[in-house]
Amino acid sequence: MDRVDPYLIPALDGVAYGLLLFVVASGLVLSFGVAGILNLAHGTLYAIGAYVAATLSDGSWLALLLALAAGVGAATAGGAALSGMLAAVPRGDHLTQALLTFGVALAGGSLLVMAFGAENLPVRVPATVDRPVDLAGHAYAGYRLVFIVVAAALALALHAVVNRTRAGMLVRAAVDDPDMVACLGVSPARVRLGVLAASGALAGTAGVLGAPIIGPGPSTAATVLLLSLVVVVLGGLGSVGGTLLAALAVGEIQTLGVALAPTAAPFLLFAAMAAVLAARSHGLIRRWSPA
Amino acid sequence: MKWLIAPALLAAVAAPWLADPYTTATLARILVLGLVAASVALLTGVAGLPTLGQTAPFAAGAYAAAHSSSVGVVQLLTAACVGAAFAALTTPLVVYARGVVVLMITLAIGELAVTAASRWRSVTGGTDGLAGMASPRPLWGLPVLDTDRARYLYALAVVGIVLCVVVLLLRGPAGMYLRGCRDDEARMRASGHPVNAYLAIAYIAAGAIAGLAGSLLVTTQQYLSPADFGFDIAALLLLGVVIGGAGSVVGAIAGTAVVLAARDWLSGLLPGRGPLLLGALFIVAAYALPRLRFRLRSAVT
Amino acid sequence: MRGLLEVDALTRRYGSLVALDRIDLRIGEGERHAVIGPNGAGKTTLLDLVAGVSRPNGGRIRFAGRDVTRLGPARRARLGVGRIHQRPAVWPSLSTLDNIAVAGARHRGGYRRTLPEARKLLSSLAIPDVTAARLSHGQRRQLEIAMALAGRPRLLLLDEPAAGLSAVEFSQLSAVLSELPRTVTVLLVEHRLDLVYALADRVTVLRDGQYVATGTPDEIRASSTVQSAYAARQPEAVI
Repeated sequence: MDRVDPYLIPALDGVAYGLLLFVVASGLVLSFGVAGILNLAHGTLYAIGAYVAATLSDGSWLALLLALAAGVGAATAGGAALSGMLAAVPRGDHLTQALLTFGVALAGGSLLVMAFGAENLPVRVPATVDRPVDLAGHAYAGYRLVFIVVAAALALALHAVVNRTRAGMLVRAAVDDPDMVACLGVSPARVRLGVLAASGALAGTAGVLGAPIIGPGPSTAATVLLLSLVVVVLGGLGSVGGTLLAALAVGEIQTLGVALAPTAAPFLLFAAMAAVLAARSHGLIRRWSPA
Repeated sequence: MKWLIAPALLAAVAAPWLADPYTTATLARILVLGLVAASVALLTGVAGLPTLGQTAPFAAGAYAAAHSSSVGVVQLLTAACVGAAFAALTTPLVVYARGVVVLMITLAIGELAVTAASRWRSVTGGTDGLAGMASPRPLWGLPVLDTDRARYLYALAVVGIVLCVVVLLLRGPAGMYLRGCRDDEARMRASGHPVNAYLAIAYIAAGAIAGLAGSLLVTTQQYLSPADFGFDIAALLLLGVVIGGAGSVVGAIAGTAVVLAARDWLSGLLPGRGPLLLGALFIVAAYALPRLRFRLRSAVT
Repeated sequence: MRGLLEVDALTRRYGSLVALDRIDLRIGEGERHAVIGPNGAGKTTLLDLVAGVSRPNGGRIRFAGRDVTRLGPARRARLGVGRIHQRPAVWPSLSTLDNIAVAGARHRGGYRRTLPEARKLLSSLAIPDVTAARLSHGQRRQLEIAMALAGRPRLLLLDEPAAGLSAVEFSQLSAVLSELPRTVTVLLVEHRLDLVYALADRVTVLRDGQYVATGTPDEIRASSTVQSAYAARQPEAVI
């Protein structure tokens, strides 16, 4: 017990971190899997949510709800705006899409720094959960426990939407066969708008709720983008479960891994990616390749 | 386009006598990044594997060179080998994927390499970087490259030689096989060509070129930090390659020079607003390029 | 009889749809064998399986006495399986000559050693040596046949070579195909029955992934089973 004990807190942090990444990465999976768009501004949409949370939060639940509404609204609008900007780029021109969304990320990040300053902003969580909770003799941040519960509920809800609803069925079909959506007679522009807005909403939700975990700052967007990319690479596009598993693994590597072996964490991410991709190189990755 | 090459070469050789040392050093860095861009063009334009991750073998080569010999040739070879080895290790991540998936995976590889570089302090000096690398001598018995002009000319010579080799190879069967894979890989397979093996070779060769450029970075800049290999550099390279007409390795260098010049000009224009203007440049380029690229593609082939 | 190509109980399913159901096929060295059937009969699926582009759910494929069921398309091509695609597949950014030379390179010890033969093949076609992107559909079809021949195939898979050709191009095509040397075995999938009957030694009929009949062109033309197979399927032709 003594040998496990010091790692209980990092491990729990890893779960919180992983669930946070799961929500962000789901948005990336959505835009990538359904619309075939690699949105390099996805981390910026998270940062918008996080900045809104930092600005509006004052320690009350009302402020948090307000921040959630405003942050999700702003990030959704951001996603929709991106979709409008991408309208002129032909579907399948990945290079131009990447350059455009990178430009948006760069300019957007710079605007955020102009508006909020170059410092990492503190975020106040509601007072009732802003205190340590006793967990097997350890003090643990109350908000993180609440976050774990809320994010787990979000994951369940996403799972239900993808597997039980008509929209979810369309999403699964489109990931399996990108041409299928066109066959259904749904206009590609509307699909892109819906997908990018929804993916923005997910990033915004993660940004507002996750701001106390990955806080708003100049490097937030890049960190979140990278980690959620790794999650997508590890989890593939196949299922909500795969993404969740990958997100939890990355979360643990980033927290427990760093606690156990500080220098090895990035190499661990590499190794995990290499192992997973090598294992699926012949089977699953074919389903990924658009052609 | 061909008539441009001779005067451009002449200007490149004459430049260090016409410009001040600071500009010369800047030009040398443009050459170095241009060589990395050539490796990006090899993958993105010729082989059809769009990449944002060539900064990773570039970094691997640079750190290897920083810890290697003070003889230029040895340093270059070490860096090229390490770059190639890095690519070989990451080959299974890349060559089975296509299109935008490659973009995503290579981006993750590049970013992880930077993260690794900032953590592995004993080798990289962490985010503080490595400084004080001695200037190499190109070959045993030759003088040490102790001026900006000498270092620039050294970089120019190496970049020129590497480019000539790459262009000659791409004009031959190797280039045709790679373009065949890009055009229609099912047809390549139907003709008995092992497509993934070709792509793996191209990826490893591109890693060697980027690694070699890493050695030149150490020589010309005499300072290394993880910021030299960041995501923004990878995106700048990709933009340079697209501007240069994705299929052309020589165009990649020209495109990169244009992009870097634009970046420096923009950040001088409105101090502190550089990233904003650069972002705007990317957006404008994304809208303007498809037309431009169409014209260039017909000019190149 | 030992065939060049022996297909045993070959089965391919897409989800719940059985595209090909336990098909047997024997094709002898030098034979011209045609596979016909209404849309959705499983003809292109059969060619994909023989070429190695997709994997069967059951059954075995032997080529030249060797089990190739688990080999990929490139390995099979190197063993001598050549293919013409339904939509002519050429490399648009390469020149016509380079298309032929690259296609033959793996079978003739490299690109440079293939060039003389490629020049010969090109001169036999009425096609200019330009970037292949500029060729018309019919020209691409001719080019792809030359590309396949540059690979010295022992078995040539032809997937609806007559699709989309003009009358003139069609007669050129049948001339080219009927002049193929007997060292090349042909497996032809085609809708144009005039081409099938002119070329084939034997014909196999498939319908809904099921085997219907095999025989000489005359036998097939006379068979009432074949007629009804076509008649029953035509009105609801889908996929």
